[in-house]
Amino acid sequence: MNWYWIDTWIVVIGALTAIACALPGSFLVLRQMSMMGDAISHAVLPGLAIAFLVTGARASLPMFVGAAFVGVLTAVFTQWISTWGKVDRGASMGIVFTTLFAIGLLLIVQAADHVDLDPGCVLYGAIEVAAWDVAWTFSIGDLLIEVPRSAVVLGIVSLLNLVFVVAFFKELRISSFDPDLATTQGINAQLMHYLLMTQVAVTTVAAFEAVGSIIVIAMLVTPAATAHLLTDRLGLMIFLASLIGAASAFFGHLMALYIPPMIGFESTTTTGMMAVATGIFFVLAWLFAPRYGWITRLVLGKKLIKEKPVGAKPLKES
Amino acid sequence: MSDFHNKMAPASDRPAVEEDHSPDAPLSIHDLTVAYHRKPVLWDIDLDIPEGKLVGIVGPNGAGKSTLIKACLNLIPTASGKVQVYGKPYGKQRSLVGYVPQRESVDWDFPVSAVDVVAMGLYRKLGWFRPVRKKHKEVAREALERVGIGHLADRQISQLSGGQQQRVFLARALAQDATLYFMDEPFAAVDAATERAIVTLLQDLKGKGKTTLVVHHDLATVAQYFDWVILLNMRVVAAGPTEEVFTQENLRKAYGGKLSLLAEAGHALTQADRG
Repeated sequence: MNWYWIDTWIVVIGALTAIACALPGSFLVLRQMSMMGDAISHAVLPGLAIAFLVTGARASLPMFVGAAFVGVLTAVFTQWISTWGKVDRGASMGIVFTTLFAIGLLLIVQAADHVDLDPGCVLYGAIEVAAWDVAWTFSIGDLLIEVPRSAVVLGIVSLLNLVFVVAFFKELRISSFDPDLATTQGINAQLMHYLLMTQVAVTTVAAFEAVGSIIVIAMLVTPAATAHLLTDRLGLMIFLASLIGAASAFFGHLMALYIPPMIGFESTTTTGMMAVATGIFFVLAWLFAPRYGWITRLVLGKKLIKEKPVGAKPLKES
Repeated sequence: MSDFHNKMAPASDRPAVEEDHSPDAPLSIHDLTVAYHRKPVLWDIDLDIPEGKLVGIVGPNGAGKSTLIKACLNLIPTASGKVQVYGKPYGKQRSLVGYVPQRESVDWDFPVSAVDVVAMGLYRKLGWFRPVRKKHKEVAREALERVGIGHLADRQISQLSGGQQQRVFLARALAQDATLYFMDEPFAAVDAATERAIVTLLQDLKGKGKTTLVVHHDLATVAQYFDWVILLNMRVVAAGPTEEVFTQENLRKAYGGKLSLLAEAGHALTQADRG
């Protein structure tokens, strides 16, 4: 089987999705609210549907704004229900996103007669189609390069997310680690929470058309969780999460191309395989991570126990 | 619970707190009431804390000790009342106030080193968009040195023992260089060496004229550690200099019918008399 330009673009789109997701995703994982990515990426559906019904067209900007707005609402409603309704955070998230998702589905089915917007596409995306949707072309020497629209959009979102994380690095760090201390220091932890949720919503909406929400959920959480096993430094963790996500995009597409034909099937969905690849990377890290890997600890365990602990003074834990 | 309410001192029985609050007090709390889901947690707290005191906040479980601190720091909504720091609302005096949260309130698996956590105490001074630089890390290292764990500065925080983690939090408060400190159970589950280190540190802060409020659980050490005490049980049962306030009678009022605790308190008082 041959590798075409289109394959390169599929991998590039996947990798850009991974980077766009890994930046806010690392903080979601550290805040122990990974499922918020799941919730937001489902809940944006009614925003897309309403924007479509109001404008009557699949114009990108209103749909983008509508969806991102509902995404942020998900975070707001979740907060309200858990604060005022005596419901824990996970349950209130479940209530909010399933309700919003159901409303979105109803709206889409209602409009389905005259709309080209189907739920399957929302979930799985169509990365192969997206790669053909060329936004602009340029040439280097004899080489004609046709850049897909999705690559441009996701490139911009990746860049925005990078600027956001770099500019607010210490604010994101303190409000994720110790929100109360952040607030006493004049860095409103609540505000940082909603900024991060906005970022997740925008990223989700930008990515869903090309790649669908399944891979967004995978890319938000799994590479970040994998990177957390590999390092104890926040900056490095975010970098590794991006790298692992991008590598998953590459290997995922390779697997989608070559594995099914090997066992006698047609090639399978690329985005699905990319999500599987993030899972494979996680398992590898879980087994072999330098400090926290299961096998690593099994092998080095005895050695580490013998190592004398470095204490301040003789310690007696009570 | 009803038993406890019967024994609760009526408002007029409480030790007199000056009605006209002193404008210079490091902390003055006016008629503060906090409710959680319409259930009151703190009632009519009215206090002036004098400058340079080492203040223990003591009371049974659920008395609202941590809530009092969090309400003072605007971390939870209050039903009524106001809190002033040196005569101005807390919101305008943030840089004067340091906070040591409970150790269990954070995730110690978070990918940061001890020195990074301590540097968080400097974020307010740094302001938005300014990164942590080498000189800030130097300040953080000095603070870790002061609590005796300078050599652990670059360790990831989950690699530290409980006592060492508590010291990291204290170092962070030191780096803040505040004049009024709130500490939520710094002595909870720490080793003996850390307990001594914290006491030395508290004395050190007092020596520098700083005011420190400490939520404290262990009645046996109250008289030894603190020169001012707030006995709390949803209301202020008593507040003032330890020798006046930390009495058998006041403890009975604060702890109600919890006899085992009273026995412990009695033991504490005997020890205090000896000491």
